[in-house]
Amino acid sequence: MASYVVPIFLLLAVLAGCGALGGHGPMQEINPPAPTAFDRAQVRRGQVLASLGDCSSCHTTRNGPPYAGGVPVPTPFGTIYGTNITPEPQTGIGRWSEAAFRRALREGIARNGSHLYPAFPYDHFTHLTDDDIAALYAFVMTRDPVQAKPPPNRLMFPLQFRPLVAGWNMLYLHEGPVTQPSSQNAELSRGAYLVDALAHCGACHSPRNALGAEQKDAYLAGGEAEGWHATALNPKSPSPVPWTVEALTAYLQSGMVADHAITAGPMEDVVHNLSHADPADLRAMAEYIVSRMGPPDGERQAREAAARKKAAQDSLATVQPSSPAPPTDEEALALGGVVYANSCAECHDLGRQFSSDTALRLPLAIALHLPDPRNLIHIIRHGIQPPEGQPGRWMPPFEGSLTDQQLAALVVWLRRQGTDAPPWKDVLKTVKDTGDAP
Amino acid sequence: MIVLNLNGRQQVVDADASTPLLYVLRDDLQLNGAKFGCGLGQCGACTVMVGGTAVLSCITPLSVVGTRPVKTVEGLGSADKPGVLQSAFIAEQAAQCGYCIAGMMMRAQALLEKNPNPSDADIRQHMSINLCRCGTHMRILRAVRRAADSIKSASTEHPNAQRGA
Repeated sequence: MASYVVPIFLLLAVLAGCGALGGHGPMQEINPPAPTAFDRAQVRRGQVLASLGDCSSCHTTRNGPPYAGGVPVPTPFGTIYGTNITPEPQTGIGRWSEAAFRRALREGIARNGSHLYPAFPYDHFTHLTDDDIAALYAFVMTRDPVQAKPPPNRLMFPLQFRPLVAGWNMLYLHEGPVTQPSSQNAELSRGAYLVDALAHCGACHSPRNALGAEQKDAYLAGGEAEGWHATALNPKSPSPVPWTVEALTAYLQSGMVADHAITAGPMEDVVHNLSHADPADLRAMAEYIVSRMGPPDGERQAREAAARKKAAQDSLATVQPSSPAPPTDEEALALGGVVYANSCAECHDLGRQFSSDTALRLPLAIALHLPDPRNLIHIIRHGIQPPEGQPGRWMPPFEGSLTDQQLAALVVWLRRQGTDAPPWKDVLKTVKDTGDAP
Repeated sequence: MIVLNLNGRQQVVDADASTPLLYVLRDDLQLNGAKFGCGLGQCGACTVMVGGTAVLSCITPLSVVGTRPVKTVEGLGSADKPGVLQSAFIAEQAAQCGYCIAGMMMRAQALLEKNPNPSDADIRQHMSINLCRCGTHMRILRAVRRAADSIKSASTEHPNAQRGA
């Protein structure tokens, strides 16, 4: 926390210097428009856009009424709760005009003139076109109105004071259309718009600075999402098998693709939403992201070859690691090997049972190649389950079955057997620290 | 030979360390409460407690159990002297075919030992991993609620009474 205190004073100073407190008055209240006031085709278009924008992840609680808010969004500055965006007049946005809605998306200002927190990704939505904003407005204003007030935010001092966000906006809010990729083609340009504006991929997949703003010089270089590492989507992509447009389109559409990964964690909701989007749009997004990753260089090609060679072996246990084991890891590696053999190999090694070759070959698993072991730990602990009522691949949760020591040892062993990357540091500590996470 | 700490007693088992706990319980020790459902950790019929946590015993090999205490439904009570959860399941007639019930009880037991005063939402969330194909979920939830409430009223009447079944 201490590391944030200095920048917050800096923010205050910036704010004091610019004196930019004013300028945002309340917008006139309207009577909630009847659902029939909107064109049905526009509402449908708004629905698809809301899926691409992943609105429900923050505005709909699990099993809760759609868009009625209340989802806790953890940030380094405290917990912010998603607001009620149903057209209910008191607790929702029923009295917001389209102009007020547009201002909220473009400038992060609520109808009453107060600042919204940038956990709401208006730094991305600011790039949305008028047409798309109108369609999103038509969609949310035709939802069932729900009376629901989210719990109060729990933020560190002095961030309860919303005008501070004005300083943040001066520094980090850049209005106007998205920056287009240099090579002009319609699909790439559509992909850039969807990824950078509506789907706001950078909100999780870019690192953030001490003030919680995305680092523009490290765009899509990997970030944080609710205790998970959000992988880099630039040339630093950790996937041992370089992404192709086809593979990434399939992943965005279905959440699983051979030789890469199955979605887990916060990305699971994202993919569930994306599955409602137009396949052509998903392809455009994949096209743009793959273009940002660039053609695989020698290092990535070598990593793919090494991973495929390891994955071709019947058992991960027979892989010969490329470097000698650090003496401090010997004990963990011995235990990890036993845990793998008795708990994991049945599905992840070949030839153990009929379903053995359907589980992901672990040297290809992205979770093994990340900068830290949190995603792998979450997956082993909680398994992978498709969202309720959805078909999907499945892995059982090993929570409780494995002790912290056994889980840490397994993670150390998987990293060594499955990759040529250096061992992760402090794995046991990470296991313990993530123990209470959902 | 492997020594298990099972329902409060030391139990010697002659089995390979890679054997799933469920197989040892059912095949070697004739403790047939825990059921083989899917064998893939997907249904929860095999749920027992290890080290105070509900685990899927079909995917838990002996080698990872170690000296942690194992509790099965047989450790909650007997037909003559049913434990709190067992009595609550009987009172609510929560079983139809009954195949999932031992697993349900052990998952519920793990919850009540950690949180003797769960909300209905806590119970739903905690039990969600265990499946019942007959569809008696509502009765099962009521039974867990009843057990939690009876533990609570027992501890208010007798503050020193032991919690749990």
